[in-house]
Amino acid sequence: MSSPSGTGAVGEAGPPRQRELLSAADVTRIVARMAHQIIERTAPEPVVLVGIPTRGVPLAHRLADRIREFGGSSPRLGTLDITLYRDDLRRRPTRALQTTELPADGLDDVLVVLVDDVLYSGRTVAAALDALREYGRPRAVQLAVLVDRGHRELPLRADYVGKNLPTSRDEEVGVLLVETDGTDAVVIRRSQR
Amino acid sequence: MRHLLSAADLPREAATALLDTAEALKRSLLGREVRKLPTLRGRTVVTLFYEQSTRTRASFEIAGKWMSADVVNISAGDSSVGKGESLRDTAFTLAAMGADCVVIRHPASGAAHRLADWVPTHVINAGDGSHQHPTQALLDAATLRDRLGTLNGRTVTIVGDVLHSRVARSNIDLLITLGARVRLVAPPTLLPCGVENWGLREPRGWPVTVGYDLDAALSGTDAVMMLRVQAERMRGQFFPSAREYSINYGLTEARMALLPEHAVVLHPGPMLRGMEIAHSVADSPRAAITEQVRNGVHVRMAVLYHLLAAQEEQA
Repeated sequence: MSSPSGTGAVGEAGPPRQRELLSAADVTRIVARMAHQIIERTAPEPVVLVGIPTRGVPLAHRLADRIREFGGSSPRLGTLDITLYRDDLRRRPTRALQTTELPADGLDDVLVVLVDDVLYSGRTVAAALDALREYGRPRAVQLAVLVDRGHRELPLRADYVGKNLPTSRDEEVGVLLVETDGTDAVVIRRSQR
Repeated sequence: MRHLLSAADLPREAATALLDTAEALKRSLLGREVRKLPTLRGRTVVTLFYEQSTRTRASFEIAGKWMSADVVNISAGDSSVGKGESLRDTAFTLAAMGADCVVIRHPASGAAHRLADWVPTHVINAGDGSHQHPTQALLDAATLRDRLGTLNGRTVTIVGDVLHSRVARSNIDLLITLGARVRLVAPPTLLPCGVENWGLREPRGWPVTVGYDLDAALSGTDAVMMLRVQAERMRGQFFPSAREYSINYGLTEARMALLPEHAVVLHPGPMLRGMEIAHSVADSPRAAITEQVRNGVHVRMAVLYHLLAAQEEQA
């Protein structure tokens, strides 16, 4: 595990308020390690990787590719939009909905691994657990996150953590992925508020 | 968005956002055993109907219930309205009981606007006289988007009783907003004057084409929207006989054959089969009439979501 580079400011315009904590190579290595961990913990049982939009979805796809490559079973993939289950809808302007697409044969009695980019308050994951319940009764649900930045507000923890990043509440952690942002990196920036 | 009173109030981005939400809701409910979302838990939606309705009222009720709102239905026939209570007093009564949203249908054009000025609740216009019925326009647009991919640059022909039709008015507004061309075909007596200018709006718009010959209008149209002849709003004789109307302006199987292969047939319902639309046309795969009804629920869920699930805008 390399130390965060902490050098180059990402983003061309404006002062360097943003610091890169993980490079593209770091992200690739971390995803590979998480895939190994998932195989170790779950094989030979097949898993369903369920990504939480936006960035949990490409992460789930990458994990699935790695798991297949490393000789694990071929995981099925799903996408779960949790917007309608959020507990803070009325504190924000209207949120656009995203896709939900789960395996056609349902989630009953399977091992589901929820995949998200950042674990923070835990409220997203709590909403995801509520949403999952409407689609079936998995045998078990596990959680995989690329970054755990602390400050939990609910009694939850992740089963697979790519990187623990201690942060302050007035910082923002940004996960950038090629699929959504054109580049791979994890950055930290001062909160805009 | 605080109220939904008119399709003309929706800028393109807002209309598209509503349609996208409806589509996402439809997909997320597909194949689910439990069609229940917790999103509007604890919110109360009242439907206040001063006119008869099957699909609109039921559709709003189902939409609210699928999102876990409490839905109360009031129809003028069996409420204190029958004892002479005014619309204003009825509305204040409902607001005082804690309604968060009133869905109103009323025979007077402008009733929903008046209501929105009076009460502190959200107001959704579910049809006011011959003025507006915005959720109908949205569900028609959703259906056309499903079938045609986009409305931008498409041509939609609206046929029949335009004069009395809130469906036509709402649809013209929304279709123009979404970039479609609109043709109107009707007997001259059922076309309001100045109708060709309805499409002219800021920031962009174009005239509505008006014609009296249905056969001539059908080729080159991507969708045809049949309107019900609204006998209940007609004071006077607008056409010689139902039979003559049907011969000139009814969508028969022979006329359907004049449509391009991909064209969609819509009808807002309730249909008068044999009058404005033939049985075989209404039941043909070209007709998207049941899809319209199905989309109606998702569109109304989307409207309730946009109105009730977000932070209140500071008025």
